[in-house]
Amino acid sequence: MPEGPAGGFRLAVGAATLAALAALWYLATTATHLIPGAYFPTLAEVGQAARQITFTGYADGKLYQHFLHSSYLVLLGFVAAVSIGVPLGMLMGWSRRAEALVNPTFLLVRPIPPLAWIPLAIVWLGLGDAAKVLVIWFAAFVPAVINSYAGVRSIEPHLVEAARSLGVRRWMFAREVLFPGALPLVFTGLRLSLQACWTTLVAGELIGAILGLGHVLYQAGLDLFPAMILVGMVSVAVAGGLMTAALGWLETRAMPWRAS
Amino acid sequence: MSAALSGREFVALTAAGFAGFFGLWALVAASGLVPALFLPTPAAVAAKFVELTQQPFVGYTLQQHLASSFGRFAMGFALAVAIGIPLGLAMGWFRWLDGIVSPLFDALRFVAPIAWVPFAALWFGTGIGGPVLVIFAGAFPPCVINAYRGARYVDRRLVEAAQTLGASNWLILTEVLLPASVPSLVAGVRVSAGLGWQSLIGAELIVASSGIGYLIVKGQSNISTAIVMSGMIAIGIVGFAIDAALRRLEASIHRGRGRS
Repeated sequence: MPEGPAGGFRLAVGAATLAALAALWYLATTATHLIPGAYFPTLAEVGQAARQITFTGYADGKLYQHFLHSSYLVLLGFVAAVSIGVPLGMLMGWSRRAEALVNPTFLLVRPIPPLAWIPLAIVWLGLGDAAKVLVIWFAAFVPAVINSYAGVRSIEPHLVEAARSLGVRRWMFAREVLFPGALPLVFTGLRLSLQACWTTLVAGELIGAILGLGHVLYQAGLDLFPAMILVGMVSVAVAGGLMTAALGWLETRAMPWRAS
Repeated sequence: MSAALSGREFVALTAAGFAGFFGLWALVAASGLVPALFLPTPAAVAAKFVELTQQPFVGYTLQQHLASSFGRFAMGFALAVAIGIPLGLAMGWFRWLDGIVSPLFDALRFVAPIAWVPFAALWFGTGIGGPVLVIFAGAFPPCVINAYRGARYVDRRLVEAAQTLGASNWLILTEVLLPASVPSLVAGVRVSAGLGWQSLIGAELIVASSGIGYLIVKGQSNISTAIVMSGMIAIGIVGFAIDAALRRLEASIHRGRGRS
């Protein structure tokens, strides 16, 4: 590879790129109207839209209300999925009997993407929050199970045998061998789950909701309001980024031995 | 880990798993606990599935819906591969390009593909262009990331040898980096096909007038659970087939490289 000075150089190039892009955006919209306002907003319009949704509200709520509502649903579905999915996946990893018994259901259900469950959830539970939590639950459940399963299977057999030959008791075995061994992949699963949760929630809210970031996007699309669409997209990205960062923090707390 | 199961025990438990899934479904549906409107029996869904392949629903038969979905998918996916892989490889080779594109890419990656739906509809309409953009948004990142990683982790000796022999940038890209990163590329393509297919369903749920996602939305608004479930099954089968085809490609490439 052509060597460039590391660190500082990258940061500078990155900052310069973003600045150049902002300038280009300004030139193409405000200064020359090369891109018509109906397709892409100007910087000023975006600022205006951001102020509007933050202070006076848009699509039946202020930004923080949409944000809290969406986060609440994601958290609800995510926690419910993880608290069933991780133990089930670990059990399947541990016991070949459990695996053989549960696997058929997984084989049948897994190829169906979570988003395809949205219409079924709506038929069953209506357009309210319950349907969304069900679909989010489903989106998070599959990656949680699969990675917990793989996590247990990834534990070195020597460790298991050593613990056994030393006569380690069950609970101690779980605490000292099973959980620490499976944890890295479990967390991989949780990260994938969380991403799937956000995508699914946004889709669910785009299809029908009264509050939430997806609903902001839907309303902005309906109103042909490009500035608000952009604000909605940025909010979705920021919210997803925040949750991923929180999970990353939890990961380093749960696995201090990997922190370095 | 528990010991491996005997062949007979495995078959018996797997059969019990399948029987349990369909048995429970049939039992709940037949018991009348849930109205047949909301949970038809497996047999009723199978019958509806066959009927949909023969009689058009919302304008087209099931195969025609699938064909139009698959056409959109193929377009968005092909675009993602055709742009993403060269871009990723070039980013892995040229530091300045990496510096320019990475910050943008990292910022955009947090935007769920489905959040592109309003802009997609605004810019390209709801026929083909809009859904294709959403599929592209889903399928693009894994292509770029894997091509980039593939190019970055190429054996340095190969690159240095090529440089010593006076190879141009273009030759290094096409003759060294591209072939050496094929395994990583194929893995990325598989992930991106899965995400693309999933994004397609999301896009069709919201903005489309044909396709398999549209079929299940219409089934939902007609409160026909059997149609919704038939559509989900079709989505699952096609998604599974796409993944199986790419997995075979992956396996054959690995075999071919092993021989050479």
